[in-house]
Amino acid sequence: MKIKADESVCIGAGMCALTVPKIFDQSEDEGTVVLLQDVPPADLEDAVRRAVTLCPSGAISIE
Amino acid sequence: MTETSALTLSMTRQRPLDPPDEVAGLRRHGAIHRMKYADGHLGWLVTGYAAARAVLAHPHFSNRPETQHPPIASTRLELAQRDFKLPPGFFLRTDAPEHTRYRKLLTGQFTVRRMKMLEPRITEITNDCIDAMEAKGGPVDLVEEFALPIPSLVICELLGVPYEDRETFQRESRTLFDLDAGADDAVAALGRIWAYLMELIQRKREQPADDLLSGLVQSGELNDEELTGVGVLLLVAGHETTANMLGLGTYALLTNPEQLALLRDDPSLAENAVEELLRYLTIIHLGPVRAATQDVEIEGVTIKAGEAVTLHLPAANRDPARFPDGEHLDLTRPAGGHLTFGHGIHQCLGQQLARTEMRIAYPALLRRLPGLRLAVTPEEVPMRSNMSIYGVHRLPVTW
Repeated sequence: MKIKADESVCIGAGMCALTVPKIFDQSEDEGTVVLLQDVPPADLEDAVRRAVTLCPSGAISIE
Repeated sequence: MTETSALTLSMTRQRPLDPPDEVAGLRRHGAIHRMKYADGHLGWLVTGYAAARAVLAHPHFSNRPETQHPPIASTRLELAQRDFKLPPGFFLRTDAPEHTRYRKLLTGQFTVRRMKMLEPRITEITNDCIDAMEAKGGPVDLVEEFALPIPSLVICELLGVPYEDRETFQRESRTLFDLDAGADDAVAALGRIWAYLMELIQRKREQPADDLLSGLVQSGELNDEELTGVGVLLLVAGHETTANMLGLGTYALLTNPEQLALLRDDPSLAENAVEELLRYLTIIHLGPVRAATQDVEIEGVTIKAGEAVTLHLPAANRDPARFPDGEHLDLTRPAGGHLTFGHGIHQCLGQQLARTEMRIAYPALLRRLPGLRLAVTPEEVPMRSNMSIYGVHRLPVTW
């Protein structure tokens, strides 16, 4: 699994950082998504999928 | 879909915690229904989860006031007929890219990490409220002593609004959300809260402090009118939402004692309990409303450009296709993904603050007052049926 994040569409809702804080963070100034790792460990893959579903703006995706 | 006869939106609940049977029953006939709006417009009502989510995330639906039609006859109908214009800065009612500009100035202030830093102060405020209740002795009105003061004090400190002035803005805020208020009263209330914030912004410019409004003033990105609009939006939204969740949530727990016991005995359930209470109660019981800016197909239904769509979030959040057995409050169910904070670019800016407040407040209340119970019968609790955000007007409790 590889995660992609697009800050340009991110609205800083924080659902990703709330759901998988080991993988997603938010920038200090605009609160937009910061990817801490783009390849999550296997045990976090389900949580990452959940974060992708919860994201309100479609800013994160997996391939 | 019901094409032949357009319905009108019912706001009459048969049971205080369930959406109107008439609306929930529509889901059996599909997710999207023809609806007649209060101004005669023929638009749509969405009761299904997937369809509601699709509309909220779709770029071709506008949230601008001039595109909209009122789902029920209320103050909004009268205001629309008078061609009332919202002042600038009230960015909830804008579309991208205008919306993006305002939102990006604020999102850094409401991140998960920032909200975590507020936890000690929110805990302290919560404990102070419970101390005051204990000192007073029951019965007390939980709304007055707990549900309203916690989020009110928190948002005041965050924005830099003097809490001593709360009677003014809490009163104006109530009028703005009152569906029975006349248009004159609503305009006057908005005028007063507007003047209050405008004056406060001037003071922040002269004497900046370490608070959100001062930071916005100093950023130089917004003019005074825009700053005032943003201030009004954040202050009002910060009050009416979490306060009603704390009041109605406590009512829901007290009337579902087995669920209350689960949370009281296992505070680690708090995170999930908050999501489930948000889902089950869905206090946003009127709207959001959007309008298509071009023809859009949602689940096989063509919504034509200009047509209004009302998203019925209480019905969508109980859609059995997404939340099996959703009619029941179950604090252990996976409740994430509910639409109570909305979806798409307007999803609630303050949602992580609301979560933090609720995750602290409910368990603290149940832990410190284990004998908490209603001081009246459940039927005697006055529900906020006449307000655009649902909840309880008062909640007499003792312990």
